[in-house]
Amino acid sequence: MALLEVKDLKVRVEEREILHGLTLTVNEGEIHAIMGPNGSGKSTLSHVIAGKPGYEVTDGQILFKGEDLLEMAPEERAAKGVFLAFQYPVEIPGVTTMNFLRTALNAQRKARGESELMVPDFLKKVREVSKSLNIPQDMLKRGVNVGFSGGEKKRNEVLQMALFEPSLCILDEMDSGLDIDALRIAADGVNALHSPKRAMVVITHYQRLLNYIVPDVVHVMSKGRVVKSGGKELALELEESGYTQFEDAA
Amino acid sequence: MPAVQETVERVKRIDVDQYRYGFETLIESDKAPKGLSEETVKFISEKKNEPAWMLQWRLEAYRRWLTMTEPTWARVDYPKIDFQDLYYYAAPKPKKTVTSLDEIDPEILKTYEKLGIPLREVAMLEGVEPKPGEEDPARRKIAVDAVFDSVSVATTFKAELKKAGVIFMPISEAIREHPELVQKYLGSVVPTSDNFYATLNSAVFSDGSFVYVPPGVRCPMELSTYFRINERNTGQFERTLIIADKGSYVSYLEGCTAPQRDENQLHAAVVELVAHDDAEIKYSTVQNWYPGNSEGKGGIYNFVTKRGDCRGNNSKISWTQVETGSAITWKYPSCILRGDNSRGEFYSIAISNGFQQVDSGTKMIHLGKNTSSRIISKGIAAGKSQNTYRGLVTAHRKATGARNFTACDSLLIGDKCGAHTVPYIEAKNSSATFEHEATTSKISEDVLFYCVQRGLSQEEAVGLVVNGFVKDVLQQLPMEFAVEAQKLISISLEGSVG
Amino acid sequence: MNVAVAKTGSGRAVSDLFASAEGRLPGSPSVIASRREAFETYERLGLPHRRIEEWKYTDLRALVGEVLPLAAAPDAAALKRAADAVKAHAIAGARKLVLVDGVFAADLSDVRALTAEAGFRTLRETLEKDAGLLTTASTDAVIALNAAMATDGVVLSIADGAQLSAPIQIIHIATAASASAFTRSQVVIGKGARATLVESFVAAGAKAYQVNDAVIVTVGDDADVAHIRLMDDAPDAVNVTSHFVTVGANVKLNFFNMTTGAAVSRLQGLITLAGEGSELSANGVNLLQKTEHGDTTLVVDHAVPNCVSREVFRAVIDDRAHSVFQGRIIVRPDAQKTDGKMMTRALLLSDEAEADNKPELEIFADDVSCGHGATSGALDDSLLFYLKARGLPEKQAQALLIQAFVGEAVEQIADDGLREHVIGIAERWLERRS
Repeated sequence: MALLEVKDLKVRVEEREILHGLTLTVNEGEIHAIMGPNGSGKSTLSHVIAGKPGYEVTDGQILFKGEDLLEMAPEERAAKGVFLAFQYPVEIPGVTTMNFLRTALNAQRKARGESELMVPDFLKKVREVSKSLNIPQDMLKRGVNVGFSGGEKKRNEVLQMALFEPSLCILDEMDSGLDIDALRIAADGVNALHSPKRAMVVITHYQRLLNYIVPDVVHVMSKGRVVKSGGKELALELEESGYTQFEDAA
Repeated sequence: MPAVQETVERVKRIDVDQYRYGFETLIESDKAPKGLSEETVKFISEKKNEPAWMLQWRLEAYRRWLTMTEPTWARVDYPKIDFQDLYYYAAPKPKKTVTSLDEIDPEILKTYEKLGIPLREVAMLEGVEPKPGEEDPARRKIAVDAVFDSVSVATTFKAELKKAGVIFMPISEAIREHPELVQKYLGSVVPTSDNFYATLNSAVFSDGSFVYVPPGVRCPMELSTYFRINERNTGQFERTLIIADKGSYVSYLEGCTAPQRDENQLHAAVVELVAHDDAEIKYSTVQNWYPGNSEGKGGIYNFVTKRGDCRGNNSKISWTQVETGSAITWKYPSCILRGDNSRGEFYSIAISNGFQQVDSGTKMIHLGKNTSSRIISKGIAAGKSQNTYRGLVTAHRKATGARNFTACDSLLIGDKCGAHTVPYIEAKNSSATFEHEATTSKISEDVLFYCVQRGLSQEEAVGLVVNGFVKDVLQQLPMEFAVEAQKLISISLEGSVG
Repeated sequence: MNVAVAKTGSGRAVSDLFASAEGRLPGSPSVIASRREAFETYERLGLPHRRIEEWKYTDLRALVGEVLPLAAAPDAAALKRAADAVKAHAIAGARKLVLVDGVFAADLSDVRALTAEAGFRTLRETLEKDAGLLTTASTDAVIALNAAMATDGVVLSIADGAQLSAPIQIIHIATAASASAFTRSQVVIGKGARATLVESFVAAGAKAYQVNDAVIVTVGDDADVAHIRLMDDAPDAVNVTSHFVTVGANVKLNFFNMTTGAAVSRLQGLITLAGEGSELSANGVNLLQKTEHGDTTLVVDHAVPNCVSREVFRAVIDDRAHSVFQGRIIVRPDAQKTDGKMMTRALLLSDEAEADNKPELEIFADDVSCGHGATSGALDDSLLFYLKARGLPEKQAQALLIQAFVGEAVEQIADDGLREHVIGIAERWLERRS
C-alpha cells in the first residue's frame, strides 16, 4: 500500500524553483534510496515533506497515508508518523536529552489521542534502545546534542526514531561526517527498525551508505527531478560512472 | 509563515491579560489617611505600638526623604508618581486579636488558598511526599509568613522553629519582642539615607519578616513569605531583615502577587541580610506582581532595595530571583563581600512581555581578601517590553585575590522589544580576576523546527527552549519553587500552556 | 548641581577663556556669533564630571580642573621645534598635514603632493563662509567648547573611486606650555575610494598643554578605509578627542586607536553604520603608567540591517595609572541580522593600577547575534615562570607577555607598515617602564 505519494511537486525558495515537478511513491515496508549530486534538490525534498518553513510549494501534492501532508503543521506530520533524521541535528543547550525525548514522545501520543507513557516504561525503553545503539546513559543527561560528536548526534537521531516508532523515516545524508565504525553502528540501528509497516527514505550522495542499508528502490535526482529509478544495482552503476550521465537527462 | 514569526504572533496574542492572580479580595480594611506627612508616619508607628526609638528612626528617614529626588538613571519610563495620592497603610480590619489561624478572616485564608499558598500547616504536610531516599521530610516543610497589604496575617510553624532557636516573625512583632536585635541590625546594611525608595520605606514600612538564626543552627525548614497587595491606591512597603549568626544556615523564599487594577500600585520594599562568620543565607524570590494589561495599563511599580552584607569571614549570600511580574521593576539584589573568603551569588531570570520594563541586576562589592562572586543573569524580552541587566562588580584596593565570573544572556522574542546589558566592571588591584561575558540572540529557527519535527507544538518548543535557556538559574531554586517558577515562565510567555 | 562655576581653580573667570581668545578666533561675524552660543552652552554645563553617566569614570572637573587659555600662534622657534617633531613621528611615505598648537603649518605639510590626489582646505578657510563645520548634534560640553574655540583643522575630501597611493597623516604638535589647542577636522571619503588616514598627537618640548580635537568622518558606499590614531602625548598633557564617523553601505572600515601618553586622555567615538553590508573592525590599546588616566569610549551604532562589527580592546596598566574602556553596541529597531562582538581585556601590572570596563549592549532588534566579553587580571604567573625558567629576566619575560597581550588588538591593523609603526611605539612604551 502506498505510504507516501509525491505528485508533480514544484517548490521555490526565495523566488528560485528548486524542485521542478518531482514524483515519487513509497510503499509500506520499502527502503528507497535517493541519490544525486549536490544541489539536485534531495535535502529540499526531505525538508518539504517534514514541513520546514521557508519553502513555497507552487504546484503538486504530497499524500501521506492518503492524507494531504501539505495542509498539516510540522508537529502534526510528526504525530502522524513522519520522521526526519537531520543531516545537521541542532544543539539545544539546557534541555536534557531525556527531558526532550519524553516531552516529544508524549506530545506525539497526546496528538494521536493516546495516553502518556508511564515513566518506568519510558525509562526501560530508552535504556534498551540506547544500549543497542551504544549510547552511554550520561549522554542522555546532557543537553540535546550539546557537545556530542558527529557520530553521537546521528545515533541520537536513530534513538529518537526507535522511540517514536514513525511509519516513514527520512534519513538526510546520514553518512555525512561519520567514520566507517560510526556509520556501521548507526546503520545497524536503522536496519533493526526496518519492518513490513515502516518505510525508509535514505538520502545520500555516496553509494557507501547503501552497503549497510540495502535499498529496494534507488532513485537518481538531478536538477530538481527524479531522472531514473531502478533496483539496488543502479547505485553501483552510479558509483562506477558518476552523475554526469544524468545531467543531460534532466 | 516562518516558524519564528508564527511564534512571535502567538506571543503577541498572549499578553499579560492572562494574569492568574488578578482577583480582588473584598474585606474591610483599616487605612491611614491618604498622603504622606509626619502624621502618617506617626499613625503607622502608633498602629504598630512601636517604641519611641522606632518612631524617631522613621521620622528621621522621613525628613531625609523630603530632601531627596527620585533616581532617573534606570532605563524605565513612567509618569511621575504623586506620593500624596497614596495610602501608606492598609490593614485587614481584625475582628479581635488573632491567636490562631482559625480566627483569621476566612476571606484572607481563601485568598492565600487561591494563590496556592498553604497557611494551614496540616494541609501543607499532606502535600509533601518525599521520595524514598530523599531528604528528611521535616527538611521539606516550609514555614510561611503571609503579608496582606501592609500587615503580616499569619506565620506558620512558629513553635517548631522556636525549638530550634530560630526567630521567624513579622518585623512589627520583632520590634516589640526583640528590640535589641532589631536596633542593632535595622538599617545597618541599607542605611536610612541609602536611596529615595529605601528612605521612603524606612519612614513608612508597615510590616515584613524578621529572621534570626542563632550561632551554629541550620534552620530546620525553608522560611517563606508571601506578599499580597490588595487595597486600591495602596503602596506596599515591607521590610525584611534576616540575620544568620556565626556558622548558621537559612534558606528563605518570597513570593508576590497583586490584583489586576487599572491604576499603578507602588511597591517599595527593603530587604537586609547579614551573614556572620561561616554563615550562609540563600534568598529566593518569585516575583509575579501584576504586570499591567496588554495596553500597558495598570501594574505594579516595583522599586526594591535588596542588599546582603557578608559581614563575617567565610560567609556566603546567594540571591536567586525569577522576575515575571510588575509594570516596572527596579531592583538590584547586592552583596557586600566584607569578610575574608566570603562569597556572593546572584542568579536571575527576568522575563518581560507586554509593556513591562525591567531594569534589574546586582552589585558585587569586593572588600575582603579572597572574596568571590558569581553572576548568572538570563533576560527574556517579548512583546513591546524593555529588559535591562545593570550590574556592578568592583574590587577595592585591599580586596586582594577577588574573583568574579559573570554571564548575562538575553533572548529576544519578536522585534518590538529591547534587551540591554549595562555592566560596570571596576578592578582596583592587580590580583583581582574578573571574567564577564554577555550574549544577545533570538531562538534559532532551526532549533524550533527540530522540536516541531519531533512533534512539539510551537508553544511547547518555545517553552522548552526558554526553560533550557534559564536552567542554570532554575536549578538554584528550592525544588517546590523551581516547579512553580517553570510554570510561571511558560505562562508569562505563552499564556495557555501549563 | 553647581551650574555656573564662575571661577576656575586658579581664580580665572571661565568666561575669560572665550573673551581673551575671541579676537583670534577665525570666522565671519555670524561664525563668531555661533561660537559665542556654543561657549554659552559650555559655560552652562561646565566640564563633565562623574555624575554625568558618560563621564562616570573620567571626571574632568576633578582630573583637569580648568581649561587653559588658548595657545598663541606658533612663532619661528616653535615651528623649528615642530619640524624636528615631524621628522621623528612621520610615517614613511605618508602625506603629512601638520597642525602646530592648533594652527595649520603649510610649510611642514605636503599640500602639493596631497592635492594631486585629494581635495584639501583648512578649517580656517571654510569658516570665512559659514559655521557649518562647527555644528554637531552632540550635547557634550567638551564638544561645545571645541565648537566655540576651534582655531583650525584640515578639511579633506577624497573623490569617488580615488585610490590613494599613500597614507594621509595628520600630525598635531604641541609646542606651547600651559596652553590649549582646539582643532576640528573633516574627512569625506567618496564612494568606492580607498584611503588610509593616520592621526598623531605629539609634543615638541611642550609641557602641561591641553588638546581638544574633534573629527568628523563620512565614508561613502563601497569604500575601503583604514583609520589609525596614535595619542602619544607628553606625560603631563591633557587630550580629549571626539570622533563622529558615519559609514555607508558595503564599506570596510578598519579603525585603531592607541594611547601611550598624557596625564589625562580620552577618545570618545561614535561610529554609525548607516549603510547595509558594512564591516567595521574597531580596535584599541591603552598603555598607561605613572598616574596616567586613559579613557577609550566607543559607541558603535548599528542603524541599518546586515552589518558586522568587531571590537578588540586591550589595556596595560602600570603603577597608579587608571584605564577606562566604555564600549557600547547599539542595534536599532529594524537593524536585523546585525552581528556585533566586542572583547575588552585589562592587564594590571601593579597593585595600585585600576581598570574600569563598561561594555554595553543596547538592542532593539531580535534577529541579531551580539555579545561582549570583559576580563581583567594580572600577568599569568605560570607563564611568567615558564619564561623565567627558560632564562628570561623578569622584565623581559613581562615585556614578552605584554607584547603578546597587546598584539591581539594590534594585529587587527591590516597594513604591515602601519602595524610595524604601532608596534614600535608600543615597544618604546615598554622601554620607558621603570
